[in-house]
Amino acid sequence: PWLARWQRSSGAGIPSRRDALRRDRSALPELPSCRRAAPGWERRTGEEPWDFHWCDVGWLHEHFDHASLPEHVRLCHFRNHYELTRKNYLVKNLKRFRKQLEREAGKLEATKCDFFPKTFEMPLEYHLFVEEFHKNPGTTWIMKPVGRSQGKGIFLFRKLKDIIEWGKVRTTLSPSGEWPTGIFDLFCLPGPDGLSTDDQKDETQVEVYVAQRYIENPYLIGGRKFDLRVYVLVTSYIPLKAWLYRGGFARFSKTRFTLNTIDDHYVHLTNVAVQKTAPDYDPEKGCKWMIQQLRQYLTAKHGAEAVEILFADMDNIFIKSLQSVQKVMISDKHCFELYGYDILIDQDLKPWLIEVNASPSLIASSQEDYELKCHLLKDTLHIVDMEGRLSGKEKRVGGFDLIWSDGPVSREGNLANAFVTGCHNDRKKQLKQLFRSLRAQQKAEC
Amino acid sequence: MKEPLAYMRKAQGSWEKRILKSLNSMCTELNIPLAQKRPASEQKELLNKWNEMGTDEPDLSLFRPVYAPKDFLEVLMNLRNPNYENGEQPSFRNHLGLIQVPLKVKDIPELKEDFSELGLNIGQLGIDDSAQVPPEFFENEHVRVGQKVLAEQDSAAAQQYVRQGCPTALRAELWALILNISNQPEDILYYEQLKSNVIQHNLLVDSLIYKDVKLTASNDDYYFVFEDYLYQVLLCFSRDTSVLEHFAYSSATPPKSYIRGKLGVEEYAVFYPPNGVIPFHGFSMYVAPLCFLYHEPSKLYQMFREMYVRFFFRLHSISSHPSGIVSLCLLFETLLQTHLPQLFYHLREIGAQPLRISFKWMVRAFSGYLATDQLLLLWDRILGYNSLEILAVLAAAVFAFRAVNLMEVTSLAAAEAVLADLSTLKVVPLLQIFLFATVT
Repeated sequence: PWLARWQRSSGAGIPSRRDALRRDRSALPELPSCRRAAPGWERRTGEEPWDFHWCDVGWLHEHFDHASLPEHVRLCHFRNHYELTRKNYLVKNLKRFRKQLEREAGKLEATKCDFFPKTFEMPLEYHLFVEEFHKNPGTTWIMKPVGRSQGKGIFLFRKLKDIIEWGKVRTTLSPSGEWPTGIFDLFCLPGPDGLSTDDQKDETQVEVYVAQRYIENPYLIGGRKFDLRVYVLVTSYIPLKAWLYRGGFARFSKTRFTLNTIDDHYVHLTNVAVQKTAPDYDPEKGCKWMIQQLRQYLTAKHGAEAVEILFADMDNIFIKSLQSVQKVMISDKHCFELYGYDILIDQDLKPWLIEVNASPSLIASSQEDYELKCHLLKDTLHIVDMEGRLSGKEKRVGGFDLIWSDGPVSREGNLANAFVTGCHNDRKKQLKQLFRSLRAQQKAEC
Repeated sequence: MKEPLAYMRKAQGSWEKRILKSLNSMCTELNIPLAQKRPASEQKELLNKWNEMGTDEPDLSLFRPVYAPKDFLEVLMNLRNPNYENGEQPSFRNHLGLIQVPLKVKDIPELKEDFSELGLNIGQLGIDDSAQVPPEFFENEHVRVGQKVLAEQDSAAAQQYVRQGCPTALRAELWALILNISNQPEDILYYEQLKSNVIQHNLLVDSLIYKDVKLTASNDDYYFVFEDYLYQVLLCFSRDTSVLEHFAYSSATPPKSYIRGKLGVEEYAVFYPPNGVIPFHGFSMYVAPLCFLYHEPSKLYQMFREMYVRFFFRLHSISSHPSGIVSLCLLFETLLQTHLPQLFYHLREIGAQPLRISFKWMVRAFSGYLATDQLLLLWDRILGYNSLEILAVLAAAVFAFRAVNLMEVTSLAAAEAVLADLSTLKVVPLLQIFLFATVT
């Protein structure tokens, strides 16, 4: 994956400056068309000064605190993005925001935050979880590690003893030959020798998980489960300014959905990364639909009104989730972030937020996918606008629509109506018109 | 009336003999009977897996499609009317294309009249519902009219209405109204009966269907999701003897087979497959777009069956009917030769006869080549005008659209490459421009 490529070149790919108009896009995934489209920028390595850095979160945590950055530079992550993107923090922030909303605006308004399935941090909230678990016996829960991505480490369960069984596999016998009995022990990562002595226990790390109510009635198409990947670009938190990309897609599971086989990852997890390892995966075959396609299908089946409501509910998810972390995010004017939202739709056409990714995969699985991601990045860079071409009043740039700018953005129709239009052809035209009128404006002002 | 022209009937007859021979020899080679009763355990297994037959991975490597569209094209190219002597040298006064039979086809003025609702002054879905056009202009009113048509269950009005395109939310019902499909209890029962036939007996064509679905629809970026539905429809379709009724007006005749050991004995003759239709490579693509509209298996099935016996059968049988594939090919070539003579001549010179490229589009009614929403807008017009001629017009319009690039190519392969990807095309503007906005 591109991150690995970037890291391998000894911390290189750090762009630098020669003059104000140069920037380096080689730090991005190898997208030759992007490079062609960005003349006048150079790749920089080592300690050379730079203007723009498409970094990974690792670099960020290592370097950000120490560097004092010149005003014009841009970084692609916020310092504490994990408030939104780590599952346990997101839950915490949403719960807090919901309470606040209930106090300020009443119960009805607070229900607008009910797009996140019941979630408990483990092992911290184990007892709260057990309480909830017993209220609804027989329902399915999903356990996910907060720090991992691409579907790794996830499993489903229906009985509490399943957790114990799972924990046993991960941990090891104590030197006295007994299984660990404390809940915390189940979540410990094994020590370097695979043994955890009592002394080592103080130092062992606990891997944090979340236990979440599994959505047992996902919307199925052709008997298959799918989730939606949508891109949201945040250029500032205070004030909150967020853009939604028109080219989202639905990722299908390769196999038919059934609750009988909760061990079968391939059925339940729709990440492309997991699907790729399925035995019958054919890399030439995409298992994705563009959102426009999905919208067409749903409209034909349920009518235009129901689909409007679904997309309006999705808009609500984006806004509310960003608002919930607005106060805790360290808003730095150097930072912007492109999030990958994962949304699941259930059979009642209600969208649920599964998670938010700070580093959404930019690997393409097909030609169409490649084009989408290429355009996504180009438009992200247009909005970051290091060349200072935009006026700041734009509501649309390329495939991005402004969905929040310190308040709702007035548009015709609801925001996700944007998903109706094909974003590829329209986008080029829009960009051309936009930059032409900006140039004209600038000329007029001179 | 099956087919008035004797030479067409003869050609269809020999084509059918060839197909049947191919099927029988596959059967003998692989030593598989054409039909066989399933053992009880297999029946039970299939019933359990009915909704996910796509998960089955039978070994299909030994099966091959009975024929592909290009084989059929070769046959059509060799069609000749024995009463028509054309001793002259090929010139621009003659037909320069692959089809050399003198059928009457329409010219652009006639097509303009026939397809008048596609005119520039008339609102269309596919153009006037785009994001730049305010919906008050056309779309809202059109949707309102569509709802009224559905409320009154007026089939004739629906047919007229869809000529301007169907709103996505109303399309499924409008098409059902036009084709008179209502999914009554007896229809559901009939479908269940077909399903039990599938469970009880295994046909050789089943393997051909499996193979076709795996090769075509399953590999399609948008239709792969509907794989299971395709089996449910096509396996039942093969066993549906009511389909035999369409042979009364088709130039084709259902193939006959004989019970083992009774070759030639008429009392032991059966139609094979029971519906008389031997699937070819790409056949499943006729069903795939319908999966976007119909989700209830028996309704999906009936819609497909009706579309087949009204329209699709004409795309793979030899006849003189104006919507038959022979006429469509000739219409396409004539339109191109008359209105883009330079292009036609150039392509012919480099060995890239246009029909070689467009044939597969027309045989499949563009399914799998156009984006789904565009395909459905095209099929709206097929239903609305009750004719397949629009396929030939669209094919010519596509060539006209890409004429500049095509003039620069120097080989068949390069021409194919220019026309390989139609997924970005907008059907309705192309048709409008070709019919109403091209200087002739």
